[in-house]
Amino acid sequence: MLKIQPVPSNDHAPEGGRNPVAAFDADLIETVRVNRSAAERRVATLPGRRTVKKQWQAAWLVKAVQCIDLTTLAGDDTPGRVHRLCAKARQPVRQDLLEAMGIGDRGITTGAVCVYHAMVEPAVAALKGTNIPVAAVSTGFPAGLSPLPLRIKEIEASVAAGAREIDIVLNRSHVLTGNYRAVYDEVRAFREACGSAHLKTIIGAGDLGTLTNVARASMACMMAGADFIKTSTGKESVNATLAFALVMVRMIRTWRELTGFKVGFKPAGGISTTKDVMNYQFVMKEELGNDWLEPGLFRIGASSLLTDIERQLDHFVSGGRYSSAHRHPMG
Amino acid sequence: MTSVATILESMEYGPAPESSAPVETWLDKHNRSFDLFIGGEWVAAEAHLDSFNPATGKKLAAISHASSADVDAAVKAARAAQPVWAKIGGAGRARYLYAIARLIQKHSRLFAVLETMDNGKPIRETRDIDVPLAARHFYHHAGWAQLLESEFPDHQPLGVAGQIVPWNFPLLILAWKIAPALAAGNTVVLKPSKETSLSALLFAEICVEARLPKGVVNIVTGPGKVGDAIVRHPDIDKIAFTGSTEVGRGIRMATAGTGKKLTLELGGKSPFVVFEDADLDGAVEGAVDAIWFNQGQVCCAGSRLLVQESVAERFLAKLRARMETLRVGDPLDKVTDIGAIVSMTQRASIDALVKRGVAEGAELFQPKAKCPNGCFYPPTLLTNVESASTVVQEEIFGPVLVAMSFRTPAEAAQLSNNTRYGLAASVWSENINVALDLAPKIKAGVVWVNCTNQFDAAVGFGGYRESGFGREGGREGMFAYLKPKAVKPHAAAPVTPPQEPAIAAIDSVDRTAKLYIGGKQARPDGGYSRAIVSPSGAFVGHVGEGNRKDIRNAVEAAAKAESWANATGHARAQILYYCAENLSARTAEFAQRLRSMTGAGKAAATREVETSIRRLFTYAAWADKYDGLVHNPPLRGVALAMNEPVGVIGIACPDEAPLLAFTSLWAPAVAMGNRVVVLPSEKHPLAATDFYQVLETSDMPGGVVNIVTGPRDVLAQVLAEHRGVEAVWYFGPDRKRIEEAAVDDIKQTWTGEAIDWAGTVGEGREFLRHATQVKNVWIPYGA
Repeated sequence: MLKIQPVPSNDHAPEGGRNPVAAFDADLIETVRVNRSAAERRVATLPGRRTVKKQWQAAWLVKAVQCIDLTTLAGDDTPGRVHRLCAKARQPVRQDLLEAMGIGDRGITTGAVCVYHAMVEPAVAALKGTNIPVAAVSTGFPAGLSPLPLRIKEIEASVAAGAREIDIVLNRSHVLTGNYRAVYDEVRAFREACGSAHLKTIIGAGDLGTLTNVARASMACMMAGADFIKTSTGKESVNATLAFALVMVRMIRTWRELTGFKVGFKPAGGISTTKDVMNYQFVMKEELGNDWLEPGLFRIGASSLLTDIERQLDHFVSGGRYSSAHRHPMG
Repeated sequence: MTSVATILESMEYGPAPESSAPVETWLDKHNRSFDLFIGGEWVAAEAHLDSFNPATGKKLAAISHASSADVDAAVKAARAAQPVWAKIGGAGRARYLYAIARLIQKHSRLFAVLETMDNGKPIRETRDIDVPLAARHFYHHAGWAQLLESEFPDHQPLGVAGQIVPWNFPLLILAWKIAPALAAGNTVVLKPSKETSLSALLFAEICVEARLPKGVVNIVTGPGKVGDAIVRHPDIDKIAFTGSTEVGRGIRMATAGTGKKLTLELGGKSPFVVFEDADLDGAVEGAVDAIWFNQGQVCCAGSRLLVQESVAERFLAKLRARMETLRVGDPLDKVTDIGAIVSMTQRASIDALVKRGVAEGAELFQPKAKCPNGCFYPPTLLTNVESASTVVQEEIFGPVLVAMSFRTPAEAAQLSNNTRYGLAASVWSENINVALDLAPKIKAGVVWVNCTNQFDAAVGFGGYRESGFGREGGREGMFAYLKPKAVKPHAAAPVTPPQEPAIAAIDSVDRTAKLYIGGKQARPDGGYSRAIVSPSGAFVGHVGEGNRKDIRNAVEAAAKAESWANATGHARAQILYYCAENLSARTAEFAQRLRSMTGAGKAAATREVETSIRRLFTYAAWADKYDGLVHNPPLRGVALAMNEPVGVIGIACPDEAPLLAFTSLWAPAVAMGNRVVVLPSEKHPLAATDFYQVLETSDMPGGVVNIVTGPRDVLAQVLAEHRGVEAVWYFGPDRKRIEEAAVDDIKQTWTGEAIDWAGTVGEGREFLRHATQVKNVWIPYGA
């Protein structure tokens, strides 16, 4: 096992402590091997090997709701728009449906609300009285190519505004040029800027060219102290895929085998149906175990997904009537 | 009822059963009792036996126990239908095969559920693998039927094929057997396993639905005795068998000397090789597909794990962790990974071998989750085993993986080949050099690089060594159901009658013909010689009286000359051209020798020498041209069908055309990289012994061609019994004796075909096919 000093945990750290910053280890990155065909075969066959039906499906979908980082990242975001989103985060599923499932008293909310820096303050205000964290995308999102000092300042500003989670983006050029030391140094600096806020590192998997790069970038981020590794900004031409997810969660598993620390995973972009999200849940359960089905270690970056889940839950509660979007409050 | 709140805590999968109702309805429709399918009709049998669902122990239906009269009737029906079926032509047959493919798809779920209930394998596999692949086989072979006349213009169907399929892939292997047989214009009598006959009976209904002409497909059910009746039936032209090596051996014995064509797809103990530079997580998943697919009841299961020592512990730790998430249970549940073992007998046999392994010192690992009671067996990993362990040697045919380590690529090859079997192998490495270096070194018919248990109708499947012979699937598989058109009866290739008075030996100085072993002239071990006389009785010369020890020495020399297999085609061609050149320089002398032995006329003898020279040119030409194929299975990647030499081939030459037949046989074998032990014509051996001087002057490496004279059939039997000889070609009268002698190690034989040596059929691809075996190397890729 690598010798790593644990850091003090905060209230939302996973069991076993928050992933600390470790020393840079080039070997660990260079020896990563990913066979693309084998990875794709695994994710192509997994949906045929696992399924959940009836109340099991309902429960899994409720769990998925709890893991959603309900997101708006648009140029036309306003405090009013964010307010509506936060209201949806507080009550993501109609109360009558929750009650029908016997979980009306569980305080089901989404995992977080995810916004640009400018919307952090309105979001924090709108979520006051809940334990729902606000996540801010940061560090020159989505390309991550603004000057490093500015990127660090941006984190500090968002943390100061009340963001408890920071979704940073990698400078993909460092990955594409094989400069993992630079990846590590930047992420480590981001981690330090975060303080007690959790660091979610977006590797921009769709920009990285190969699954091997996806795996190596993931490893470098975990070394530098990432609390979560995240697939995509949602702005790449290819966003989250099951193959990216598989490769990244296997790195999380390897990291755990090596250090004992648990790092979370967040697929983002393009996950819009219940079928999609359950496949990601199957990957999490099969490759990492039940701990990674919980919001402490699993988040789903999504916006329209929630409506599809609600419709599915409505279908379950109504005993088989297919539902329609307009019957569920919009976020 | 489990509440949503509870599940939110446990995050279990919950049950997801596939309904058995449609199958129950289908069984009820048949009153849970099935007849035989003969001549397009359902024929009642006198006796029945019960078929069970192994997962529940419940009886599913009674199936017929065919009598030998029933088998006879089925063969008669197939025989009657065959000429008509052949006559409608490839394009006509393609329509039927296409219709069958479509019907399998239309009834795909019924097939899948039925197969799961009858066999115990998970619905995930029957639904996603067995049934789609069965349909794919009929589609693919509808294509071969369509192209038959243009792609196989010199071939014709064999006639009636008897096909015996096992219980592990009842429908899929049925498709592997029936599709190519029908495409080629044969008719079939098929016997499914008594454990799993139901999908074959549903298939028979589909044949009716497809309006397949009556008698083209006949299905007879029952125990092994029924298979025996098929194997021994005198009016069957071909036997295709998939099953245990033990039964395969019996079939080989029963068909010896009968002239029945035979393909055997038998057992295996296939290696699963993981190099240190492999994607270990990917390889762990590969191991799951290798040994826990179909409860490990797979002939090509990757049951011997070989991991490079540097990563062995890490890999095994990952594997054990993965085993914990395998779900054993109800095969009809969509979330089941490992279903029921086919029968309690099979389960007991698996358990006995595992217990024996543990008693011999193996360390046993099974996941913590409880395995259901009844006909189930947990995924099992045995470590601390060695090559000598029983569980490493024996095929377990269950969900049991044995693990060993290796140090170098060379050792990986050695351990991989340290088995009597040779069906399949998996090689995991991210280094193309390492993977593609090992693939040809493993003696197996299929090698999967960075994948495992991939099957496709376009890619041949079949084994080396005691895993059997013949290929199923692809172009190579079509030849298992075809024969060359121009096969003439033996009598049609006469020994040239004497036309001139016999001529006495011409050598003024006595030249003593010796044996030729390992590149050296060798005196026979026994110290005896035999006199060779002309047709008129005149003494022509002496040859050594070879015995079994000479054969032993010759085979040893041939085995040592293994590097010939790795020589380039260009290099082999050069030596064959050189042989031709040197023979050409001695045309007159060889013609004279032929005349003195056979009494042939000068012109005929000279013609034989000249044809022999031409033949050497032909195989020199072929040496660098008998290319393999690149198959295109449905994946991102290729399957390389490589033509590999068989190894050491024993060749017994006929008496006719003593120089030409000799040349026509050893040259193609040697051109393809084999080493040969040749027994020349017993009556007229001197042209062959003269030839070793040609070999010596032509730079033929020692041991590649070995010549042993003496009692041909006795020596041929020694070759057929020799376990270091991979194939025997026998062109003499007693094929039964040779084929029986070859049973022990399931040796390939090519016997009894009379060939017009001087004609166009005296050379060409048919010879090269016998001189090679096809290895399919699957290489999925992706940056």
